[in-house]
Amino acid sequence: MTRTFLTRNPSTLWFLLLLALFTLGVTLLAEGFGIGLIPTAFVKVLGKTLCLCLVALAMDLIWGYTGILSLGHMAFFALGGYMTGMWLMYARTEEIVVQALAGSPIPPTLEEVAQGVATQIFGVVGGSDLPMVWSFAYSAFLQLPLVLIVPGVLALIFGWLAFRARVNGVYLSILTQAMTLALALYLFQNDSGLRGNNGLSGLQNLPGLAEMPQSTLSILFFLASALLLAAGYLLLAWVSSGKFGSALRAIRDDEQRLRFLGYPVEGYKLFVFTLTAMVAAVAGAFYYPQAGIINPAELAPIASIYLAVWVAIGGRGRLYGAVIGAAVVSLLSSWFTGGMAPAIPLGFYTINWVDWWTVLLGLAFVLVTLFAPRGIGGLFDRLPSPRRHGAQLGPDDGALREKEADA
Amino acid sequence: MTPFAPARTTSLLEVSGVSVTFDGFRAINNLSFAIGPQELRAVIGPNGAGKTTFMDIVTGKTRPDEGTVTFGEVPRSLLRMSEAQIARAGVGRKFQRPTVFEDQSVSENLMLALKAARTPWRVLFWRETAKDRARVAELAAQVGLADHLPRKAGELSHGQKQWLEIAMLLAQEPRLLLVDEPAAGMSFLEREQTTALLVELAKTRAVVVVEHDMEFIRRLNCKVTVLHEGSVLAEGSLDHVTKNPQVIEVYLGR
Ligand SMILES: Nc1ncnc2c1ncn2[C@@H]1O[C@H](COP(=O)(O)OP(=O)(O)OP(=O)(O)O)[C@@H](O)[C@H]1O
Ligand SMILES: [Mg+2]
Repeated sequence: MTRTFLTRNPSTLWFLLLLALFTLGVTLLAEGFGIGLIPTAFVKVLGKTLCLCLVALAMDLIWGYTGILSLGHMAFFALGGYMTGMWLMYARTEEIVVQALAGSPIPPTLEEVAQGVATQIFGVVGGSDLPMVWSFAYSAFLQLPLVLIVPGVLALIFGWLAFRARVNGVYLSILTQAMTLALALYLFQNDSGLRGNNGLSGLQNLPGLAEMPQSTLSILFFLASALLLAAGYLLLAWVSSGKFGSALRAIRDDEQRLRFLGYPVEGYKLFVFTLTAMVAAVAGAFYYPQAGIINPAELAPIASIYLAVWVAIGGRGRLYGAVIGAAVVSLLSSWFTGGMAPAIPLGFYTINWVDWWTVLLGLAFVLVTLFAPRGIGGLFDRLPSPRRHGAQLGPDDGALREKEADA
Repeated sequence: MTPFAPARTTSLLEVSGVSVTFDGFRAINNLSFAIGPQELRAVIGPNGAGKTTFMDIVTGKTRPDEGTVTFGEVPRSLLRMSEAQIARAGVGRKFQRPTVFEDQSVSENLMLALKAARTPWRVLFWRETAKDRARVAELAAQVGLADHLPRKAGELSHGQKQWLEIAMLLAQEPRLLLVDEPAAGMSFLEREQTTALLVELAKTRAVVVVEHDMEFIRRLNCKVTVLHEGSVLAEGSLDHVTKNPQVIEVYLGR
């Protein structure tokens, strides 16, 4: 079954092959198990990039395939990060507290440890009790499923309300931005129970692996991220192929027509919205341990807009386009903003890329839209365009423009 | 469900006393209409008479302000059902302008329309069988698109899109077919084929055809309903209604 699926979708096979080669290459060149040519910091950048590629895939399914321009998927990404972050931070703090109390003559009780953890974590926001939302954080088995459950349920409720009311197009995009902003503002409050603007930190340490150097840990996370991206790609390629994918593209181009064929369009939208929210959350769950910290600024509405820009630059409606867009733009972004790009002295003015990068990105976005509407990924399409005489592909807001579509 | 089972009626679709107002403009005015389970009916009327709006009401796109619309042997109200539910109950619709999924191939368009489970979950795990492929090929052959299966629908000519849409309707196996101006953009030969097909289809199901072309209507050789300003002006054979002075007035008198 998988073989026939892959032969029917050669781009998936190519993608998995290239990803495997890339992963192998990085592993051999990195410090952890290889010859140490790639510094650990850069391994982390690459691992994080793979997670960003995964969330871009989710964005492509919801926007590129289904035509719903959600500008809130980075909120789900960050929520996934918060959910793992709570467990990592709790476990790490617990280790420290236990170590500190080990010297005392009487062995500490469980309550004392828990109290110590709470004081450690919430001292910064002036608290000493563990808030309700941390109830499961002590156990990976209880906390980690929340990575899927919390964003999934949020997406389900939000989507149910929005799609049932037939909110479409720009209005839906604005609504998703409002959701993101509301969530960010909530998390910024100290009494939200997630340490306000301090966020969660120290996430780069895995409990029980205190002895493991970051060089090894980073490559393990990198490998896990690669595996996750491969699995995510396979899942989304499967979902977007066959009749289901056909129905999604039909919703994108002309949802009313699909209703008259008997398809419950709202149900499809809800399914895809929730599925992609959960994929985004898993990506975030692997991203933030590599970043080390997470705070509510990660939920800034602009982050979700960037996500749409990546997918547009990579070429929406093709999964590899989303990956290419996310990888190219986020790597370039960290190159330019990381101070690695040489400044250009013009005599009267010096172009500092840290300041000018967003301008460059905006320019690239405009240029791609004008001159390569199929995105960078579209440059790989070898098939000739069908002769559609420039006709639009459908009446809906999210419909592909004629120039974006492939053969 | 009311405790009193509704009486079985001889008509498949029954529209009675329906009115719709758009921003104060009464597009449909106390309209009543009924069609039997195996009947062909032509609906004519000047531009803006409310023909398309009538189809919008039956298919659930427009909600009437008053009146009832029932469908089926045991009549069920369509007014509380969504567009998708109405379509699944067996009402198929062809639009005035051909609407096919332009970015998808002819066979993908037909596969989407093929009668099968429609819920996301079932569709996700649906796998194409040899039988489905054969059915799609058969439908395509029926409308002269057998050689175009892998082509994108957007590449087809206007007339071919009309045919594709008709094939998609057939694929749904509806019990009531609403066809809005099928002959627009078709050649003389294609029109003849279309009338033959519609007459054939009406042997097993109800078919409502909206058309402006009188020659086309004449070949359908069926009962005609004349709409004017949102209600029925006359009903009967084509010769009968064309002799009606009121009909002559609305068609020619302006
Ligand atoms: N959604 C709407 N909002 C406002 N007015 C509408 C709407 N839909 C239809 N109308 C008006 O209702 C009237 C009936 O329109 P309808 O499209 O049903 O006519 P028709 O008989 O199909 O005409 P044609 O032969 O031109 O297709 C027209 O005057 C039209 O402008
Ligand atoms: Mg009309």
